[in-house]
Amino acid sequence: MSAVEIPVEKWPGAVREVTLGSSYGGGTRASTVTVGGETTFPFLAFEGNTPHRPALAIEVVDMRPADWSPELQDAWGDLLDDAAGWAAKAVELGADLIALKLRSCHPDQGDRSAEEAVKTVDRVLAAVGVPLIVYGPGTADKDNEVLVAVAEKTKGEQLALGLCEEKNYRTIVAAALGNGHLVIAQTPIDVNLAKQLNILISDMGLPLERVLMDPNTGALGYGLEYTYSVMERLRLAALMGDSMTQQPMICGIGEESWRQKEGRAAADVPEAWGALAERGVAWEIATATTLLEAGADVLTLRHPGSLAAMREALDDLTKGA
Amino acid sequence: MAPTGLEIYKLLPKTNCKECGFPTCLAFAMKLAQKGTELDKCPYVSDEAKTALDAASAPPIKLVTIGAGERAFAIGNEVAMFRHEKTFYHQPGLVARVKSDDPALAEVAARAAGYEVERVGMTLRLDGLAVEHAGGDAAAYAAAVAAARAAAPGLPLVLMSADAAAIDAALAGGGVADKPLVHAATAANWEAMAEVAKKHGCPLAIRVEGGDVVALAELSDQVHGAGLEDIVLDAGTSTLAGDLVAFTQLRRLALKKGARALGFPIFSLSAASSWQAELVRATQAVAKYAGVVVLDHLEPAELYSLLTLRQNIYTDPQKPIQVEPGLYEIGAVTADSPLLITTNFSLTYFSVSGEVEGAGVPSYLLVADSDGQSVLTGWAAGKFDAEKIAKTVRDSGVEQKINHKKLVIPGHVAGLSGETEEELPGWQIMVGPRDAVDIPSYLKTVWSA
Repeated sequence: MSAVEIPVEKWPGAVREVTLGSSYGGGTRASTVTVGGETTFPFLAFEGNTPHRPALAIEVVDMRPADWSPELQDAWGDLLDDAAGWAAKAVELGADLIALKLRSCHPDQGDRSAEEAVKTVDRVLAAVGVPLIVYGPGTADKDNEVLVAVAEKTKGEQLALGLCEEKNYRTIVAAALGNGHLVIAQTPIDVNLAKQLNILISDMGLPLERVLMDPNTGALGYGLEYTYSVMERLRLAALMGDSMTQQPMICGIGEESWRQKEGRAAADVPEAWGALAERGVAWEIATATTLLEAGADVLTLRHPGSLAAMREALDDLTKGA
Repeated sequence: MAPTGLEIYKLLPKTNCKECGFPTCLAFAMKLAQKGTELDKCPYVSDEAKTALDAASAPPIKLVTIGAGERAFAIGNEVAMFRHEKTFYHQPGLVARVKSDDPALAEVAARAAGYEVERVGMTLRLDGLAVEHAGGDAAAYAAAVAAARAAAPGLPLVLMSADAAAIDAALAGGGVADKPLVHAATAANWEAMAEVAKKHGCPLAIRVEGGDVVALAELSDQVHGAGLEDIVLDAGTSTLAGDLVAFTQLRRLALKKGARALGFPIFSLSAASSWQAELVRATQAVAKYAGVVVLDHLEPAELYSLLTLRQNIYTDPQKPIQVEPGLYEIGAVTADSPLLITTNFSLTYFSVSGEVEGAGVPSYLLVADSDGQSVLTGWAAGKFDAEKIAKTVRDSGVEQKINHKKLVIPGHVAGLSGETEEELPGWQIMVGPRDAVDIPSYLKTVWSA
């Protein structure tokens, strides 16, 4: 018989380290979170390092998200009306980050002003010690207005601002650049588009140590395999040394999984689907685990049950074989 | 490693007799190297050449079949580390485990056999039942296996016992014909286990402890030396990190180092104390290289998630599952029924058609040929634009079937409405919801208004 020698790949490249939150120079965070730095594929401790445990964020909305799944409404209860209390509870349950969505600024959702958005961000910053990700309401004009105001009023907090897309990156990057924040660069499930946006951002002078990339998540059963393979290709390129693909990756797991019928339908579905209480969480856990295996560095979740399951998974994966 | 065309050529008669259908032996060799023809086409090939080529062209991971009959499943024969390099071909078998002394054994077996769920037009099911020897002698185990067989007829089995006599008794009880997977031969019992598996012609799982792939290779050589060809590898890991490292090493050793002893499918005992932890472990196993995934929980939500994941990961990345483009009638349509358009990516089609059907509003669904891409991807790739929508409408003949000129386009391509109205003079383009799940309320409110 032949001797078995474990094949170890030596990768020339590594993922960049990106730190969210700051405790000095205007930053008021009790703790910061650093992600990235991998020198191999996820958790392959025999050939490389995963120096930072992937971070788990809980999504918090600045108004009751009445269209969310009944299962999520049950899970958070009255906290859905109180972004600060909701965020504090999420941190108590073990969230490493809070992803705050300023949805009430959307013209169709109340059209709150940028000043009100800043107040909400301040309240959440005061309620928790962990770093924040802040998303605009999701329409181009209002996103720019709100995120610029938030960026200016929270100078030095090292927030991650999103979304920073091809259509608005100039405004968002400028706001991050001038105020010591990060950006979340999102592109639609494509290696080259992701790369291209990183180049554009970098050309504006924002250090790539302040960029997370969001390859755009497809949920389990709804395009997950596309995101999975694009992320594997991005990570492979990063390890091969392609500088513009070396950003840590963030995935909006909760939003995509709970949007699907499997996360929402309580009745009139086949018995084999299981009950909504288990099914929604199962959908979120399976989506999260799959993308963790493809190289996700930040997973944004919605349900406390998924948070608990992914914490347990990361305890196992990061303690070594 | 697969031989090159030139290596094959050296072993051929080099007479250019053309009886294989190719002009020269070299052309035949080149085609063989691409696996485009069979060696048997050459009437003059020598036995030595045949043996050498069979060995050299054997797949790096052997295809192993578990069970017999309609529900038998084959695993292995994979050629890539990443699915973007090459499709993952043989999806792992999902197997429910039950203890031999479980009073509910027959009920669990029947549930495992009967579980099924529809997704994008396919019926997804569990693949097998593992009966774990828990207490009792060989006869008691054989009786439990017989009971499982009776409760789950045709469902492939995994016989799990450290006692070769118990496995032998279970197989002697009429089970030889259904070719269960025997689990497991270890350093301590491999001789007896190999003998039993060989006697009954069953595939054999071999097991070491703690992810020791070197010991696993040694054991594989021993079992292979005893005459076993169909082997399944259990690295004996018990953590997520342990599974991932061991399974990755095994796949790499087989594919990149041509390690014959480890060129077999992987057995993942993914069971965990909670269904959530088990789902995490099994999800990793499905994505990362397992051939058999053993589960303890029969939580439907977990099974549905895993079956869906398996379908996703094992889809050919080059060929998304598609449906036939054209005009579909959903329900008892009339000339006043709504007309909606979407793309021919099967998931898109089934999501939309399912919701339209659920809405109880008979409708025409027009399916555009987007090369099997979803609405957004198709739009981004220029395969679902205003021109394509207009052409699809015109070619479908739907204008003769309805007495209105209103077309609902997906919310994700709301931006196309103006352009589409220009392409389809006289039509009113309406913007539907972004997500299929919102179609029923759209049809009941906006459309009827």
